[in-house]
Amino acid sequence: MSSKTLSSGSIAQARRTVQQLRREARIKRIKVSKASSDLMRYCGEHAKNDPLLMGIPTSENPFKDKKPCTVL
Amino acid sequence: MAAEKAEMDALKKECDGLRAQIEAARKAVNDTTMTAAANGVAPLGRVQLKLRKSLKGHLAKIYAMHWSEDSRQMVSASQDGKLLVWDTFTGNKLVAVPLKSAWVMSVAFSPSANLVASGGLDNICTVYNIKAASPKTLRELDAHTGYLSCCRFLSDSEILTASGDTTCVLWDLETGKQKMVYTNHIGDCMSLALSSDMNMFISGACDSLAKLWDLREGTCKQTFSGHTSDINAISFFPSGNAIITGSDDCSCKMYDLRSDQEVTDYTDATLNAGVTSLALSNSGRLIFAGYDDFNCHIWDSLKGEKVGVLSGHDNRVSCTGVPADGMGVCTGSWDSFLKLWN
Repeated sequence: MSSKTLSSGSIAQARRTVQQLRREARIKRIKVSKASSDLMRYCGEHAKNDPLLMGIPTSENPFKDKKPCTVL
Repeated sequence: MAAEKAEMDALKKECDGLRAQIEAARKAVNDTTMTAAANGVAPLGRVQLKLRKSLKGHLAKIYAMHWSEDSRQMVSASQDGKLLVWDTFTGNKLVAVPLKSAWVMSVAFSPSANLVASGGLDNICTVYNIKAASPKTLRELDAHTGYLSCCRFLSDSEILTASGDTTCVLWDLETGKQKMVYTNHIGDCMSLALSSDMNMFISGACDSLAKLWDLREGTCKQTFSGHTSDINAISFFPSGNAIITGSDDCSCKMYDLRSDQEVTDYTDATLNAGVTSLALSNSGRLIFAGYDDFNCHIWDSLKGEKVGVLSGHDNRVSCTGVPADGMGVCTGSWDSFLKLWN
């Protein structure tokens, strides 16, 4: 590869990539086991407030078409 | 010239070193998978939701939909050149917004529900006031050099857009100017999602990467890899500590932000269709993913198992959304219908 093909543009790009990777490398990471247990706990704590999980009583279902009732 | 090559070589060496460092750091905390950790969690059994309404009104493929924060109104966009605002409780159409360009790919409701935005192959994000007597164009945000794939309001004065020009942009709606440009993806940006505190957002792109951004600083904080094709859909897990992505590689993935890596992969040998859209139930336990196979498949986010399917569309499911109160799922399709399930 001829060194004449290197432009200052690609050096600037490489410098930006290094800067970005430095930023991403320095973050603190927690164990996947801890992350998983936190997610599991969140699901467990919020399950009762999840209508799609708990089911919706017909009388409270906003999307259900209400059919007219006739009183016999 | 030799000095330039030497610097380039040094930079490349540093990049390689940093990439290896990141991989090693991820591996060091990789003591289990989400699926293994969730072994003791009780399985859900079959999740069977019923079709409650089929909303008929569009005359061509539906490309996008978005719920209003009131969990009752919803806006949909179709390549018939219209946005329709629906009352999902009655099935009535409340507002029809005719579009200058029919090639729409995204639509959004502002949190106040005063405004809707849309955009697509015209590269422009147009914001409309739908509370006026007839829908009025408020702003045309015109600076992207590629198609508009996704837009989301932060408020009535700020909106975030994702584009095929590989950037995301934060706009000031009072001035119509760009406040921040987020550059780091090397492929078309296809989808974005805002964190609930609006300090961060995530983007998915055709470079198969998902990125977490600091909204105010404009920097990319984390990059998530693993997909082998375009990421079309992305969403935050409700706790804000994880993200879910859907891709043309036929899989969805969960990445944990604090472990900085993939923790679950949602794949099925019988599912050979790309994922177009996704939405989570309020607890985060259920993932509703729209696929090219005309179905919306339901996944147990913790155990990584398929637990149900929403079948009924006659063409690709292009968009999926769960309202803020979690009371149902809306799917939109190329068959021109929107369906409500719960």
